[in-house]
Amino acid sequence: MAELVNLTINGQAVQAEKGTLLIEVARQNGIEIPAFCYYPGLTLQAACRMCLVEVEKTPKLQVGCTLPVADGMVVHTESDTVRQSRKGMIEFLLTNHPLDCPVCDKGGECELQDMTFRYGAGESRFTERKVHVDEQQWSPVVYFDAPRCILCYRCVRVCNEGIGVGALGVSNRGVISEIVPNRHDYLECDECGACIDICPVGALTSGSYRYQTRPWEMTHVGTICTHCGDGCRTTLGVRDDKIMRGNNRDSSGINGDFLCIKGRYAFDFVEHPERLQSPMLRNAAGEFEPISWSRAFATIAETFTAVKARGGKFGVVGSNHTTNEENYFLQKFARQGLGTKNIDHHRTGDLATFFDALSGKNAALATAGDLYTAKAVLVVGADLAQQHPLLSYQARANFRHHNAHIYAVTTGPVREDNQAIASVRVAAGGELAGVESLRDKLKAEGDLVIVFGDSIQGDGLRKLIAFGDSLGIPVKYVCLVDYSNSRGAFDMGLIPRDGGMSIQQMLAAKDLDVLWVVGANPLKNAALDSTNAFVIVQDLFMTETANHAHLVLPAASVYEKNGTVTNVCGEVQKLKQAVKVMGTKTDLEIMGSIAKEMNLNLGIWLPDKVFAEIRKTVHGYDVSLPVVDTGGAAPTMPLNGRVPALPGAIQSAGDTLFTSGSMSRYSKILNAVIESPGGLYGGKEPEVSAQSPTASGQMPGGTVQS
Amino acid sequence: MAKKLYNDPSPLETRILSARFGLENSESLTTYLAHDGFKAFRKAREMKPEQIIEEVKTSALRGRGGAGFPTGLKWSFVPRSSPKPKYIVINADESEPGTCKDRLLMEYDPHQMIEGILIAGLALDAHKGYLYIRGEYRYLIDHMDRAIAEAYAQGYLGKNILGTGFDFDLYTHSGAGAYECGEETALLDSLEGKRGIPRMKPPFPAVAGAWASPTLLNNVETFSAIPAIIRDGGAAFAALGTPKNGGTRLLCVSGHVNKPGVYEVPLGYPMLNFIEEIAGGIPGGKKLKAVIPGGSSCPILKADECDIPMDYDSLAKIGSMLGSGGMVVMDETTDMVKVALRIMRFYAHESCGWCIPCREGTTWLRKILQRFDDGGGRHEDVALLGELSKNMLGRTFCALGDAAAMPTISIVDKFADDFEKRLARDRQMVAV
Repeated sequence: MAELVNLTINGQAVQAEKGTLLIEVARQNGIEIPAFCYYPGLTLQAACRMCLVEVEKTPKLQVGCTLPVADGMVVHTESDTVRQSRKGMIEFLLTNHPLDCPVCDKGGECELQDMTFRYGAGESRFTERKVHVDEQQWSPVVYFDAPRCILCYRCVRVCNEGIGVGALGVSNRGVISEIVPNRHDYLECDECGACIDICPVGALTSGSYRYQTRPWEMTHVGTICTHCGDGCRTTLGVRDDKIMRGNNRDSSGINGDFLCIKGRYAFDFVEHPERLQSPMLRNAAGEFEPISWSRAFATIAETFTAVKARGGKFGVVGSNHTTNEENYFLQKFARQGLGTKNIDHHRTGDLATFFDALSGKNAALATAGDLYTAKAVLVVGADLAQQHPLLSYQARANFRHHNAHIYAVTTGPVREDNQAIASVRVAAGGELAGVESLRDKLKAEGDLVIVFGDSIQGDGLRKLIAFGDSLGIPVKYVCLVDYSNSRGAFDMGLIPRDGGMSIQQMLAAKDLDVLWVVGANPLKNAALDSTNAFVIVQDLFMTETANHAHLVLPAASVYEKNGTVTNVCGEVQKLKQAVKVMGTKTDLEIMGSIAKEMNLNLGIWLPDKVFAEIRKTVHGYDVSLPVVDTGGAAPTMPLNGRVPALPGAIQSAGDTLFTSGSMSRYSKILNAVIESPGGLYGGKEPEVSAQSPTASGQMPGGTVQS
Repeated sequence: MAKKLYNDPSPLETRILSARFGLENSESLTTYLAHDGFKAFRKAREMKPEQIIEEVKTSALRGRGGAGFPTGLKWSFVPRSSPKPKYIVINADESEPGTCKDRLLMEYDPHQMIEGILIAGLALDAHKGYLYIRGEYRYLIDHMDRAIAEAYAQGYLGKNILGTGFDFDLYTHSGAGAYECGEETALLDSLEGKRGIPRMKPPFPAVAGAWASPTLLNNVETFSAIPAIIRDGGAAFAALGTPKNGGTRLLCVSGHVNKPGVYEVPLGYPMLNFIEEIAGGIPGGKKLKAVIPGGSSCPILKADECDIPMDYDSLAKIGSMLGSGGMVVMDETTDMVKVALRIMRFYAHESCGWCIPCREGTTWLRKILQRFDDGGGRHEDVALLGELSKNMLGRTFCALGDAAAMPTISIVDKFADDFEKRLARDRQMVAV
């Protein structure tokens, strides 16, 4: 416990930890000291001078954001001098500000507006000519309007310190000082938009949102990003059933301030013109024709019942994007309704071995938060900045704020190298030897989180955990999986246990009668050997698999449904429906309707009801309801019992920061960024996929199934 | 060859630092050695570090860069026992308008400064020095490189200097043309290859300066005074000046005087005597109107305030500063609107832009003054100039904002008549 000091702020006696910044102490006590450049978690600037306050016995006004509190300090934050000083600062700030609030994106949620309203003068005494610079576009997603900029350097710092890219800087000096991108007139960066979000004014604006709406016209729906497995909360601004923007305006999720390009921009697949909006059945001529939902359900029910009756072979492939409720319902449907064990999903990490090796040691599962608090973090065989940007951000923040020791054992350069106390480069397959070489260093750490990718699986994974056990320090693990509900898909049982067939086995089975694919694309790079199989696909788009189907059902995306998902660290979070796309149904409703049509009793198919059942029946999922219901992340405790080895391949899709399986093909923003100069910043170059069958024109993007 | 001096010396000067100015080949090490050179270093190496610092304290030497901080005290802040390397940085970013003494000290007698640096190295256990020279002094960088090479060649820099076992390396580093980089922490950022903006204090450079290591920063003139202090004793140096204001200073006088130039006088020398006798008085027998006593940052003095001794404390008492020694003398014909504008053009151009009040304030003030000077002045502008300056004063990140505000406040306060006269003239012109 740090030493406490007593001080007085505006006559109010206050106690605080010695050395805490005055601005924070004031905030903790409900007193606002206004500031632009101060931002919790980023380095101190003392540049905006808004936080000047009066401290008795000091001749000059003191800077509240850099002043550590001391015993006996007497502070006045609302004295005449302080108010006059703030008024003066606002007046200075507005001299060259264009005051184009009526058309500025930030209008209504602008900190400069708020401060002017609260602390500024009624009229300006500035009658000279303003400095003007034309607006610039730096990337498909980042625009910069220099005159609006108040030079608080938040963008520079969040990019450099938070994201670890450092793509922004300052050029010129004095009144013509200007934020500049790293490539002179364009950006080469993560395109995460953190600079836009953190901008207190409308200087940095978003390529997809600018001039589209006024902030107050939107409703704000907090849900979970549907792309990678990190489980960031993204708040979707919705107007007229259209998603206008994504951000993290309330910082409420496990990601706090952080979002990558996918969480912030890649929601636009929702309204892509190629979205499926009607069930389609292949007719006698082999062409798809739209049919009604009732006919679709009847056809499926008929087929399922007939195949089941004659003891035929089902293959069921689930998704790592659909909700826990849908995944749970799907496996229940398969196992209880269809009587098959042939159920699988695209597995991207060896969770089976992971859970088996750690059986009984729930404390060994790291949460996303642990990466920020651990004394040391070891990254093995993964490029976190590309595939798990939140985990990368957390480790980086841990390094910045707590001087955590970061270790990286990878096959190529990774962003963690910049913070790492030791980086080991290995050839593919040499990861464990690389880890072993760090043994002495790791033994000396207080505690450790090991994050590993798909190159660590099977025996290698057991060896890694044995290594962790042998260190003699508390060790936690994150087994990386690719997508927003990869972990949930595994936990819910979309796995070929008890002798079921893996995806590869299903596709190779010449006698397969039915292939039921829910939100996956197994035929992306593989063929279906059975010529007689009736293929049913539920998806958002005409994927390779859908194109192979007999019956295609238009599914709702995650942004159009309620339910829960489990992130890469096993934390359950709640989704909230933002919009509805005409003609689609959620996968849960589709499955429920088929079950009803087949007269199966699989329970009520409402997300809340299914989640209640999950909490009762799925190992480790008896999570706190209030935590989940209030938008928190509830860690699951799945480690209680042996997990048998599963057949089938485990391979990460190897997405980059700018790809997200087949979904990214339908995000204009992701594609625009890839095509723009500098778009391929620091990453593996994504292969350009073959032309998608129904697509008009070349579609770069994801190359892998999901 | 005797170097031609920029101005003839005055017999009234007390030439300590400038003793060798005008000697044949005064910039060469040979000349320096022939005229007391490195005697102080030889003496210092027999002294304990604490004794050296004590001697500097006794000398009452105060920083010659402008702030006038006691040099010995500053030296004592550098933690000698720190396990980190300790650096000595010489501030030769002489940018204060009206100031041109450091260039002479480097041009005419570079080895005097080098000796001072070496003595500081002995006192602080520092072995590396960086001479940060303003970019505009391009020729001086070459000049200093030659002097440093000469010192290396003769064993006065480098390994085992004069067989003492003491190592010291000295490097020149070019500024890039920013006044702000004369501020010590901005200088350090610039030296480290960053954008030259001031740092937050604390930590002070003595504790965490260049590359986060303990760093001593002093002005060229400060280091140049060290050899004399060590050689002849701190007490002798102190005795030249007034209490707490030891030694002599190089004053740079420009403006309406018959003999502008750089003159070395003891601290406490009467200002009016200096102007009249050393600087040769005001041309054409005109009357004195105002004096900027120590560089453009200093509040301006009216003629009737100038009957004072020139030392740090006397000037502080009347609300101004001795600053960097850049004195600008103005006669009765001077238009103070133009003076204010000229000063503010400088600060608006040189504001680094880091903090709001300085960045926006200096330019706003410049624009008002420009409009005023162009004949578009309004009565309320005079008050506005004062108010805006006061909104900057003491509220900016570093002293540059104050440096811009203080002269403006003093001009508006003391010479409001000049502004009123302009307004009256503007009105007449409109009437015509």
